[in-house]
Amino acid sequence: MNISRRHMLILLPAAAVAWKYVEAGTPEASPNYQMSEHWWGMLINIPKCIGCGNCVRACATENDIPDGYFRTWVERYHVTDTNMTTPEVISPDGGKEGFPVAQEDAGKYFFVPKMCNHCADSPCTQVCPVGATFVSPDGVVLIDPTYCLGCAYCVQACPYGCRYLHPTKHVADKCTLCYHRITKGLTTACCEACPTGARQLADLKNPNDPIHEFLKTHPVQVLKPQMATGAKAYYFGLDGSVR
Amino acid sequence: MSGLKDAGHLFRFAGLFVVAFLVFLVVRGYVVPKTFGQYGHYRGAAIGDIAKRPVKFAGHQTCEACHTDIADTKTKGSHAHVNCEACHGALAQHALADDPTSIIPVKPDTLVLCARCHTASAAKPKGFPQVDPSDHMGGAPCQTCHNPHSPAMGSDTGAGAGASPAAGGAK
Repeated sequence: MNISRRHMLILLPAAAVAWKYVEAGTPEASPNYQMSEHWWGMLINIPKCIGCGNCVRACATENDIPDGYFRTWVERYHVTDTNMTTPEVISPDGGKEGFPVAQEDAGKYFFVPKMCNHCADSPCTQVCPVGATFVSPDGVVLIDPTYCLGCAYCVQACPYGCRYLHPTKHVADKCTLCYHRITKGLTTACCEACPTGARQLADLKNPNDPIHEFLKTHPVQVLKPQMATGAKAYYFGLDGSVR
Repeated sequence: MSGLKDAGHLFRFAGLFVVAFLVFLVVRGYVVPKTFGQYGHYRGAAIGDIAKRPVKFAGHQTCEACHTDIADTKTKGSHAHVNCEACHGALAQHALADDPTSIIPVKPDTLVLCARCHTASAAKPKGFPQVDPSDHMGGAPCQTCHNPHSPAMGSDTGAGAGASPAAGGAK
């Protein structure tokens, strides 16, 4: 074969580019876990929540969340009979150490655990200028910390306030739905620690998941449905005053 | 041909563009991660990186594999669906250790632990069992009367047996 120096000069860079694509591998996921077979969500049962803060503490432990930042938190609503639109909402330290004792009075109290809604049409992933946050093929909204610039567009875009800038890593951070656990067949840390079963991990692609029977027989709601985010945190017993 | 004779500078310019384009392709090949675009406009390998993180909560199935006696006690009581690590804290280190006895978790202080859930408050669901800890049994440790693994008052709960108020927090 007779290749001139000129041809060689053209071929070498082309070959280098081609080799990079040949080298491209597949991500190291857990064995036996097929992303295409899952579509994750969460069921939150408001009447079961007692506001103990176990989920907030478990999340902080499992994911090394710095103090004062929350991937999940619990809010306590106090709604009086005549004022549905301006409820009194408290969440002392995210509900991490529980809530002050409430006295019986006119109106009702209830707890609302909050977290990333893992939206199918998530506003946060759409605004990322560098492709650092995305919806994974199994429906979990994740952040690539090595790619994130820390511009915080996503923090502003999330209508649920579920993102924050990590104080030491200086990148956006949020609930991963314990992706490192659910891909190993475990449930999330918050679900594992919830003593009343108020939180339940749901696999919407698994026909045997009890979520299907629950959704069929119970009225459920997502937060801010008018924003068409495709939220997958389903709330049972959600009051209209919750935003 | 006389027209092309003076066009040499144009070909050199075009050549420069070709070279610049090739340099761009090579640099791009190196700086864009291999798996970028595998599933979408992001680095596909990031999914694997996130999934690789170690777990800290072992999961109740792991606990029950060894602590079968406690699991049996629990299934009979009202705490049947309260997972082990809801009270005992994250214990994957204990469960995954070659010698689990090398990492013995601290027993939670029941006066703190039980109060987190069972302190009476109007905000809690009405059907949930609640007490005023300062008024209930004069503030004696809960396990004096209740077995935390099966808390109903009864003869076979084994309440108080071998249990002593442990120092330290609930975590």
